[in-house]
Amino acid sequence: MPEIVVESHPIDTVFRTERLPHIFCPGCGIGPAVHAYAQAILESGIPKERHACVSGIGCSARVPGYMDVDSYHTTHGRPIPFATAIAVVKPEMEVTVFSGDGDLFGIGGNHFIHAARRNVDINIICINNFNYGMTGGQVGPTTPLGAKASTAPYGNTEPAFNLPYLAAATGAVFVARWTALHVRQLKEAILRAMQKKGFTFIEVLAPCPVGFGSPNDLGDAIEEVWLYRERCVVDHSVYLPDLELDLRRKDKPFVMGNFVDIEKEPFDPLAMMKKKEGE
Amino acid sequence: MAGVLVRQPLDKATVSIPVGRIYIIPERCKGCKFCIDFCPRDVLEETSAMNAKGYHYPVVAEGKEEECVACQFCSILCPEFAIYTEEVAE
Repeated sequence: MPEIVVESHPIDTVFRTERLPHIFCPGCGIGPAVHAYAQAILESGIPKERHACVSGIGCSARVPGYMDVDSYHTTHGRPIPFATAIAVVKPEMEVTVFSGDGDLFGIGGNHFIHAARRNVDINIICINNFNYGMTGGQVGPTTPLGAKASTAPYGNTEPAFNLPYLAAATGAVFVARWTALHVRQLKEAILRAMQKKGFTFIEVLAPCPVGFGSPNDLGDAIEEVWLYRERCVVDHSVYLPDLELDLRRKDKPFVMGNFVDIEKEPFDPLAMMKKKEGE
Repeated sequence: MAGVLVRQPLDKATVSIPVGRIYIIPERCKGCKFCIDFCPRDVLEETSAMNAKGYHYPVVAEGKEEECVACQFCSILCPEFAIYTEEVAE
């Protein structure tokens, strides 16, 4: 059967279609991650009115502008304080922070560790492209040691964050890592995060052909996605300190999986205050 | 090899391979080729035509018209929400 040319997509019900097509570069990994998130919203059984999407500044932080749910585009590095407020005041809302590695761990790193320590009932989807993509490919907190960037022409001199290990160590109840190619597993992980009460963290590896791919000889977006296809292994019970990642290294596989899934009491100061008043 | 018994799935007679139809929104495509490269049945190819932005969007390849099984992988992988598949009812 030949293809049929149409004007709209079934997933458009959760998008502000007047804003599409989005601004992301051809082959950017944010698109598949957004699609997985949109699909998870549709399949979660939670009505659209009870979803909120919060972001900071950066490429991936433009996502709430395209989602037809309650959305907040906040100041740089501060999506988690905004999301914490929504989750505490309106516990019935399903709050998702959709932001990048630079925003969440570079500028907003402190907010992340303390929200995880308190176990605030929010979901974090972190698009990790190993650099500050929007501002021109500068070194970020996730840039691997030795990788080239526009501010490190001779190679980055700092070791990088191991994001799933950091999230698990600070107290997240669900920690996963998938890539922009593992869209079905990513959707299942987001659904699981939406069902869980507490602080959940999902790292999504996304190709950034312009910022990270071209200075590090990873080629086009499609070549980087082929790299995911060839080198990724799924291991849910991996030793978390081993999750350090460098796309340029040929000797280590990229380990994916849902690493942590535990139960813990979520942060609810209002319930504690009410209990105290009742005494 | 004559006379070799080949094992068959028990429910082979009752299961039919689904037939899919591909829908494309050419004006959204940015030509990343994810759908073309990662289609499990290699159904798609790049067209020589261009959309308004100058990108070559995907079309069903010649001779592959009956190959789509509506697995929807292109749909969920497409960064631009520009392609989807639907199963055709028999």
